[in-house]
Amino acid sequence: MANLGLVAHFPCAPGVEFRVSSSARTDRRLSRTVNSSLVSLRGVGVRFGPTPVLTGIDLDLAHGEAIGVTGPNGAGKSTLLGVISTLLAPNEGSLELFGGPVQRRDLPQMRRNIGMSAHETGLYPELTLLENLQLVERLTGEVVMSAMQALEVVGLAGAAHRRSSATSAGMQRRTDLARLIMTRPQLILLDEAHAALDADARDIVDRLIHRTCEAGGGAVVVSHDRSVLARSLERIVEIRAGGLT
Amino acid sequence: MSGRSGFWTQALAIAKRDLLIESRGGEVFGVVLPFAAVAVFVVPLATDALATRLDQLAYPVYWLVGLLFGLQVALRQTGTETMIQRRTLALLGIDPAARFAGRSLAAALLMTGVMVAIAPLIVLFYDPRAIPAIGPSLLAVVGFAIGLSMLSTLAGDVTVGLRTRSSLAPLIVAPISVPLLIGASQTFESLILDRSTMAPALLLTVTVLSLAVTGVLTAPALEDATT
Repeated sequence: MANLGLVAHFPCAPGVEFRVSSSARTDRRLSRTVNSSLVSLRGVGVRFGPTPVLTGIDLDLAHGEAIGVTGPNGAGKSTLLGVISTLLAPNEGSLELFGGPVQRRDLPQMRRNIGMSAHETGLYPELTLLENLQLVERLTGEVVMSAMQALEVVGLAGAAHRRSSATSAGMQRRTDLARLIMTRPQLILLDEAHAALDADARDIVDRLIHRTCEAGGGAVVVSHDRSVLARSLERIVEIRAGGLT
Repeated sequence: MSGRSGFWTQALAIAKRDLLIESRGGEVFGVVLPFAAVAVFVVPLATDALATRLDQLAYPVYWLVGLLFGLQVALRQTGTETMIQRRTLALLGIDPAARFAGRSLAAALLMTGVMVAIAPLIVLFYDPRAIPAIGPSLLAVVGFAIGLSMLSTLAGDVTVGLRTRSSLAPLIVAPISVPLLIGASQTFESLILDRSTMAPALLLTVTVLSLAVTGVLTAPALEDATT
């Protein structure tokens, strides 16, 4: 993989000094939080109407840690990722990210440090793979490599000028991974990340998780297939009927 | 690699995205505009076709067609974004207000294009009274397009994901578009009659500014509610 030009370098063990090269505001927040969890959920509950989907979820993710979440279909795995991503507000309990509570005014800044890839990608079918990533480049302005370089990393340089509607599901997933590689978030959330991917692409996912953790970030990986998670993750929790086991 | 993108960089990137998607799909100029042209053509057929009447109908038909098909343009724009695309943008930390500005800008450009394109048809079919000042009248068209695009973008965001979206969004837009319509059409009328355009131009400007402020202030809450 090309030089990723890490936004931040963290030790895997929390509490050790680290080096950051992003904005001053981010530096202050990170230096405040290096000793605390990357993600902390306490008593989180989510209801869709009267139906409870998650109940009493307690979960901590340390810096440099990756965690797998498995469970049957409809157990609440994706809902849990929705809560951690800040896109879904829990009905009960609290969420802390990067060592602090989630507050409305900090959301854009906080979300820049979260990268999510789900089974459905957010690509625009009318745009080429390259244009999709260039859009991300222009919108964030904070990327560690160019869109083309990111496509090279995921092996799609040759398909850069193809419209995403004319590419396979696997290629779209790879492009989504390229987005995470070029934006280099500290926390990556992967929902069925290994689905529709060949062995090479699965290796890219594993390397992405590994490098994010190595850099002091963290990952939450969701899959209904425990064996997929067990291949690369040590800590796996199971979610069943809305609760963690 | 580079610094964080500011408000206008983000807004322009969103506008460029929407225009690029439109240029590939061609819905506005391939679907909406031909139907608008048909509407302009059909109205004379529905009247007794007396030239004197058509002359009087010219500008009301122009603004009516502009309103109805401009609304179509903007609602199509907001309807093309999927939930996962909205979520992806939110997680990139994009300023919701910049997103609103970008979408509105793209819709306003397309809407202006549609209104400029139907103007020759109005002249051809209705032979209206000539407007002495092209510059101010073009400003009225642009102001109307900007206002309507912001209003439609807001309505599109409020109704995103609803099954009744296609009927609910125009219902939201209709009453609030009245000051826009009055401001723009009366600016035209005042120019033709050589009266002061101050009052209608002020109405149009205040309405556009109010929509801009409303859009920017409500964008974060709307993003939270719809992602």
